[in-house]
Amino acid sequence: MSDDNHSHPTVGHVVSLKVLIVVILALLALTWLTVFVADPAFDLGRTGNVVLALGIALAKAGLVAMYFMHLRYDNPLNGLFLIAALLFVVIFLGITISDVSEYQPDLREAEQAQQAAP
Amino acid sequence: MSDTTAQPANDHGHDPHLAHHFDTPQQQFTSGKIGMWAFLVTEILMFSGLFLLYAVYRANHYDMFVVGSAFLDTNLGALNTVVLLLSSFTMAWAVRTAQLGKRNATVVLLALTLLGAAGFMGIKYMEYSHKLHLGVGPGNFFDPSDEVILPEPEPSGIIEEEPTRELREVAQAAESNSDSDPAAIEEEPRTTLPQPHRAEPGISAEARYHSFAEYTHTTAHASTHGEHHVPQFRRERLMSARPFFSIYFGMTGLHGIHVLVGMGLITWLLIRAARGTFGPQYYTPVDFVGLYWHLVDLIWIFLFPLLYLIH
Repeated sequence: MSDDNHSHPTVGHVVSLKVLIVVILALLALTWLTVFVADPAFDLGRTGNVVLALGIALAKAGLVAMYFMHLRYDNPLNGLFLIAALLFVVIFLGITISDVSEYQPDLREAEQAQQAAP
Repeated sequence: MSDTTAQPANDHGHDPHLAHHFDTPQQQFTSGKIGMWAFLVTEILMFSGLFLLYAVYRANHYDMFVVGSAFLDTNLGALNTVVLLLSSFTMAWAVRTAQLGKRNATVVLLALTLLGAAGFMGIKYMEYSHKLHLGVGPGNFFDPSDEVILPEPEPSGIIEEEPTRELREVAQAAESNSDSDPAAIEEEPRTTLPQPHRAEPGISAEARYHSFAEYTHTTAHASTHGEHHVPQFRRERLMSARPFFSIYFGMTGLHGIHVLVGMGLITWLLIRAARGTFGPQYYTPVDFVGLYWHLVDLIWIFLFPLLYLIH
């Protein structure tokens, strides 16, 4: 425990309270937005809906990562860790889905066959 | 104004929390932080496995997600999102007050964060117990109760009266080649009349509508209309949607476990903060548990739209 809080500067950067408040308000607004555009009236089709929802989620994630998790003020190496992780997730999901979608026509055939036969 | 208490000076001129293999508290902190980020990377990759499961099933079996999300209350999901975001805010603020050596503020903010986490788990508990009550649980707990099974169709008069008329028309058409209503005889004639409650699924109700899409749209709309309405689906369609519930419980369950672990960690911080452990030279645990908590929040930010906002 430090008994010299007055004499030593803080280790690391201190985020201002104003920044935190602006960020949380933005996050709450984006949450409202994501519920608002989920209404069936805004239907953009199966892919469009997912893209929009994930887009807003990405914006929220960006705010949390940059400000709450301090990446904006940190050594860039920390941000590199996060980006590397996301890159590997993209590779993971991307290649697996492209493989899995290869047998999608077979699935459709089987579904239709099942519906036709009682 | 620092409200921390002094400690006996046997720390040879530096903060007792500075380990000897580091030159400065700054160096110790940044080194530790890289390690913490490495851990967060492993957490992201772990959850990505479940997100992949979600993506594959959604790509190839979209209907189960339409069925499943009828059982999820968007309002509760949104409330959980707000609660978790606010708890992330109080956590980030607690890191700030710990950095500034404000002991009381840190304790209060950590307590608020803990409260938010507890609120989240409470809402989750309500959601889970409601689903288990309806019988749509994960794995072996999936045994839908009757209230979520759509009774075999008898809502509109057309359906009730047509079978008899249809069979007669089919018989007549077969004999005389007359073209009475072509739509009614486009399916194979059935040899038995549909039973009110125990009919086999298959070409029962869908045959009465212009297309399968129209039927499912009508059913889904009716079942999701109204907050307290228990969703109802044909038995066959509900059973096909079974994997959705394993995915839902698996993803939110693993996330919930992370929330519980986070609550334990925050409680640990609370005790240490109350003792005046943290200050400008040493607030590392607060910062790192904060990073963990923000990650938990991040994962929910993605879970919420993917699970709750599909219509």
